[in-house]
Amino acid sequence: MSIAAPEPKANMGQPVPRYDAVAKVTGMAKYAADMPLANPAYAYLVTSAIAKGRIDSFELTEAKNIRGVIDIVTHENAEKLKDVKLFSEGGYMSTTVQPLKSSDVAHDGQIIAVVLADTFEAAREAAHRVKVNYRPATPSTTFDSPGTTSVPAKGQASRFKEDPKVGDFAKAFDEAEVKITASYETPTQHHNPMELFATSCVWNGDNLTIYEPSQYVYGLKNGVAQQLGIDADKVRVINYYVGGAFGSKGSVTPRTAIMASLARRLNRPVKLVPTRDQGFTIATYRAETRHQIQIGANRDGKLVALRHEGAEVSSRPDAYVVGGTKTTTRLYACPNVDSLVSIVHADRNTPGFMRSPPEVPYLFALESAMDELAVKLNMDPIELRRVNDTMKEPIGGKPYTSRSLMACFDEGAKAFGWSQRSAAPQSMAEGDWLIGYGCATTCYPTQMAPAAARVRLQRDGRARVEIAGHEIGNGAYTVIGQAAAEKLGVPFENVSVHIGDSDLPPAPVAGGSNSTASTCSAVMMVCDQIRQRLFRALMPNESVIDKAKETVGMGQTPVTESANSGRPLDREKAFDALGVSVVEEYGEWKPEDAPKDSFRAMQQGQVRIVGGSAMSDKIAYAFGAEFVEVRINKWTHEIRIPRLVGAFAAGHIMNPRTARSQLMGGLIWGMSSALLEATELDPRYGRYVNDNLADYLLPVNADVQDVEVIMLSEQDDHINPAGVKGLGELANVGTNAAVCNAIFHATGQRIRKLPVRLENLEV
Amino acid sequence: MRSFTYQRASDPSAAIQALAMAVASNDPPTEAAAQPLAGGTTLIDLMKLDVMRPRTVVDINPLASTWSAINLDGGNLRLGALARMSDVAANPEIQRNYPVIADSLRLAASPQLRNMATLGGNVLQRTRCTYFRDISYANCNKRDPGSGCAALDGFNRMHAVLGTSEQCIATYPGDFAQALIALDATVEITGKSGVRNIAFAQLHKPPGDTPQIETTLAPGELISAFTVSGRWPRSVYLKARDRQSYEFALSSAAVALDVQDGVISDARVALGGLATVPWRARAAEALIKGQKFDAALALRVADAALAGAQGRRHNAFKVDLGKRVVARALHRAATMEI
Repeated sequence: MSIAAPEPKANMGQPVPRYDAVAKVTGMAKYAADMPLANPAYAYLVTSAIAKGRIDSFELTEAKNIRGVIDIVTHENAEKLKDVKLFSEGGYMSTTVQPLKSSDVAHDGQIIAVVLADTFEAAREAAHRVKVNYRPATPSTTFDSPGTTSVPAKGQASRFKEDPKVGDFAKAFDEAEVKITASYETPTQHHNPMELFATSCVWNGDNLTIYEPSQYVYGLKNGVAQQLGIDADKVRVINYYVGGAFGSKGSVTPRTAIMASLARRLNRPVKLVPTRDQGFTIATYRAETRHQIQIGANRDGKLVALRHEGAEVSSRPDAYVVGGTKTTTRLYACPNVDSLVSIVHADRNTPGFMRSPPEVPYLFALESAMDELAVKLNMDPIELRRVNDTMKEPIGGKPYTSRSLMACFDEGAKAFGWSQRSAAPQSMAEGDWLIGYGCATTCYPTQMAPAAARVRLQRDGRARVEIAGHEIGNGAYTVIGQAAAEKLGVPFENVSVHIGDSDLPPAPVAGGSNSTASTCSAVMMVCDQIRQRLFRALMPNESVIDKAKETVGMGQTPVTESANSGRPLDREKAFDALGVSVVEEYGEWKPEDAPKDSFRAMQQGQVRIVGGSAMSDKIAYAFGAEFVEVRINKWTHEIRIPRLVGAFAAGHIMNPRTARSQLMGGLIWGMSSALLEATELDPRYGRYVNDNLADYLLPVNADVQDVEVIMLSEQDDHINPAGVKGLGELANVGTNAAVCNAIFHATGQRIRKLPVRLENLEV
Repeated sequence: MRSFTYQRASDPSAAIQALAMAVASNDPPTEAAAQPLAGGTTLIDLMKLDVMRPRTVVDINPLASTWSAINLDGGNLRLGALARMSDVAANPEIQRNYPVIADSLRLAASPQLRNMATLGGNVLQRTRCTYFRDISYANCNKRDPGSGCAALDGFNRMHAVLGTSEQCIATYPGDFAQALIALDATVEITGKSGVRNIAFAQLHKPPGDTPQIETTLAPGELISAFTVSGRWPRSVYLKARDRQSYEFALSSAAVALDVQDGVISDARVALGGLATVPWRARAAEALIKGQKFDAALALRVADAALAGAQGRRHNAFKVDLGKRVVARALHRAATMEI
């Protein structure tokens, strides 16, 4: 055991090393753009230099004269692909803006031409020599821009079902002893995964293979098939590894079908590796948000009234909305709650999922306001959370399946040394540095979706698991292998795991932190089918007793034994009794509450995610408490974070090593989202300015000092067979508020707009 | 990036000859058809972005055998232009005698870049102005003279508050240059007609009406060395920035003092991250000489250093930040143990 591989506590699996560790550190892991292609043509995108308007004409002569150029495709000669709906409206697309369809430009950096050449270099040079004559219009690109339209999310976006409310907020707020009213803002952010948005398309007759980093191979396969007007069975998506995604590779972006169409036209594989700056505009982003929070409380800290109003930017045609009020209105006990979410339609690309899409902006607002309330009450912020802790959400009165929020605060506070904090702002310093301690709650809905798996067990104890899951750095190979090994009673090393291929049984999108819960529940179910078959071969009249259920994730061989006689199963004898050398099973698993069409939708690349606050009789969330120490230089006002501590409880932990890594990365991102990350928009042009990794600030190693991750033991038998809550998006929530709360403690200055820059501080 | 011819120069005269062959008469050196390649950390970037479009790239790395020495003989310092930033930063003699040089190099870029980048290339590093580096923005007088300046009323948080003009407010991004200008360094330039020496302060040109002309180098000339006379053990480089590493200065200060019996007999102050060129604050220096250091003096000097600074929408904070950075750097230099 080591820091990287923490000792498992109760209800935690073994910290086995990653299944794909050696492949990754030796460079053997093949990412989409590494897949060998026979004689590919290289594509290079030309993207628009205006955010709104029309293309008058192209001047292509100079570009076409570059040696090696095959063709330049624009709206004038591109195949007209079929319109497909937005992913959240029953379709697949990240945006309904379809490039190369007309001369219209709807947003900055829209794809307006594709250069095809024999080499990447020739394609790039020619793309730089393409001249475009525009007829620009004035874009309205963000909040307060004249010409944007603001509409309630309810009724616009089919996935946004309610503005939660209960009781009489207005009256309760009016009568409250202590009140807080404050506004908060979060900026545009981009995922910037290391791996760019590469796509290769290869036709073999009328079969299409797509190599592309994807968080949802079934969605991509079905979406592209619809755009091309072909049978989805003819499309195969392969991506064994994804080099970071964070939501940006979850829905279908327009580039893929364009590349498929060009490959079909050329009758030759086409390979595209867009640039970093193109990644800012050809995929999605986290939209800027605004919030107003009103809290009314009694002197003892008990909330009596809460209102959360949020506004989010989206594109003109699409109503993308994250709507985090479904969480913030249910987090604390409060009898009178009101909320409203609006969408501001602007001349922008359609935003999309980005790690904890609703929780990051919405909990920033709520958890900042809670800190403001604690200050006003002269109360410790942890104690304020304690008096408002609840096992029943206030809107519908549904019970939390489990909730270890205060245990997280207590363990985290101990590890952090919260008791050393002197409560008054500006009361701690060392040398040139002001010191502040801050904390905040994090939570993330526990979500599951239908998944299918095929498992094969051989007489010699070797096994093969097939499921179209996704390795996005989350440890999918590893935890799926662990689930199978332990259910089947074979060593982890004996299991080969096959994921990242749409020819395998369908798994849901690797989003909403549902992957481990969904894929492991499906794999465990299918392993059970195998065990039942073996068992019946030896002891036809007895049923199996499932001791594996208690040992999954523990790295132990399950004692599969008869319920009556207690006789253990002898695998080799069972195979001999069956008279076969291999047993294979396929199965489809769906969570409780999943709609009737779940399995059909699953095959069509449509996810039916259930969980969180949307279940009929209960509510399921993972929780955590985050602690931040900030240091602010009295002279330069530079803000540094020497310590981050997070304590989390998320049900069964499949693998403490991969879980810790996810949680640590989350804390770092949370810090980054408070202090560094913002995509700057030049409102005159409606265009991004800092669209590269030098100017879009991400933390470097020197910015990340002590990061401590504490995982609490928690068991929840009411969520899914794996008992897993999902934690990929847990740790980067609330951190932004904890940072601002610590800055307030250090300086006495409340910052309500992210990111916090040194010029925002008046020390 | 456009296709180009790659040439490797075996010695200085071959390099000068190769560069001279492609010199067009009126182009500024940055637009010349032949460009020297040392570490490549700026040139290759700008070629990929299609900002620089040389037809010939002359690799001068073979000249390192003669142009990369670090020499501290006789009380003076001579740094070969092809010395790598990391080698100079790690040199114990430089750390002891010229902490401002060692720190300005150590706090720049990332270890990987410092291992590649050379001193000569570093002082010629071009601005990070995002409107300059992105050719899809039409208005950039530096890239396309007469086209305007998108940064004046654009997102200009990183831009300059000193030495600006109505044509250009692009910040000179480097750190090492502030140490050189503070220490009155000399630049040794090798060209067609031999070797010439100029004061480092004469190397860069403020934008004025010709922001496309960044230096006084003639096309085809190469920096071969830097020299500094005397030693400056009481010197510091202080850099304020958004990140702890791998980030350009929002404001920095190179300060060198000579203190005799508590009285400051000589003082040098240069500013980074604030100006369009390496920036020496001579008026501020004049206030210090002959004085004893105290906090009030530091604040007066800081005010004088930023005199005339002009902030804009997103960078107005730099004026006050610059003052605090100067004051703190003066304090550090005055109180450091040598």
